[in-house]
Amino acid sequence: MARKIARVDKSLCAACGACQKVCPRGAIYIFKGIYAAVDSNKCIGCSLCAKECPASIISMEKLEVEA
Amino acid sequence: MKKAAKKNWYDYLYIASAIYLFLGLFNILFAWLGMLCFTIPLIISFKTGTKTYCNKYCGRGQLFNLLGKKLKLSRNKSMPNWMKSKVFRYGFLLFFLTMFSLMIFNTVLVFNGTRSLSQVVTLLWTFKIPWQWAYHITSAPLWVSQYAFGFYSIMLTSIVLGIITMAMYKPRSWCIYCPMGTMTQLVCVAKESANKTK
Repeated sequence: MARKIARVDKSLCAACGACQKVCPRGAIYIFKGIYAAVDSNKCIGCSLCAKECPASIISMEKLEVEA
Repeated sequence: MKKAAKKNWYDYLYIASAIYLFLGLFNILFAWLGMLCFTIPLIISFKTGTKTYCNKYCGRGQLFNLLGKKLKLSRNKSMPNWMKSKVFRYGFLLFFLTMFSLMIFNTVLVFNGTRSLSQVVTLLWTFKIPWQWAYHITSAPLWVSQYAFGFYSIMLTSIVLGIITMAMYKPRSWCIYCPMGTMTQLVCVAKESANKTK
């Protein structure tokens, strides 16, 4: 079974925190002011962060999970 | 029904940002308040190694969000790749710091009497807009007013650039190339690598 999860291109992230503000699950956070990081256990793949990211560097990827 | 997220006091700092721009229309000395937007982010990043200012307290980011999302003034398109590149972000920071240094130099010239007070606001580092109505003769030294005109020029220019990119791309596009944001991120990177080498 696969589910979607947010993935951040850390090399281009400005750590602005726009994604963190819209995440309904608190699954995305700014790691030490350097880049946005995703907690894969909390992410529900709603893609709100991807839509919000001003640099459009968050993509939704499939994550294989055991059924 | 969608439940509204609980708002904190800092979610209303866009009001302070808007008032700041408004005050500069009446008395240029209010421009000095903008120093808070320069010093607080740096103090926070140096002290805590985070970008909490950008993430929580930046009224300017909130203002762009309000204009772009709530008022739907943004096309909500992706910005071009060059705009989010490190070359552009660091280049813009360097350019910004150069222009800031020039502004300080102008203030020094007024301070030592080489140059007279210039009652203009320079928009986009090019267009000189007469702004004498916001200058009132006070007991403050002339250099204090010169600095205020220069500083307000920087703040107004960045707001104009931010509004243009807010409308063209996503609401908070400014945050990607904001010189303060780039600077605080660099501080955080430096702090983290220093911690790793300890």
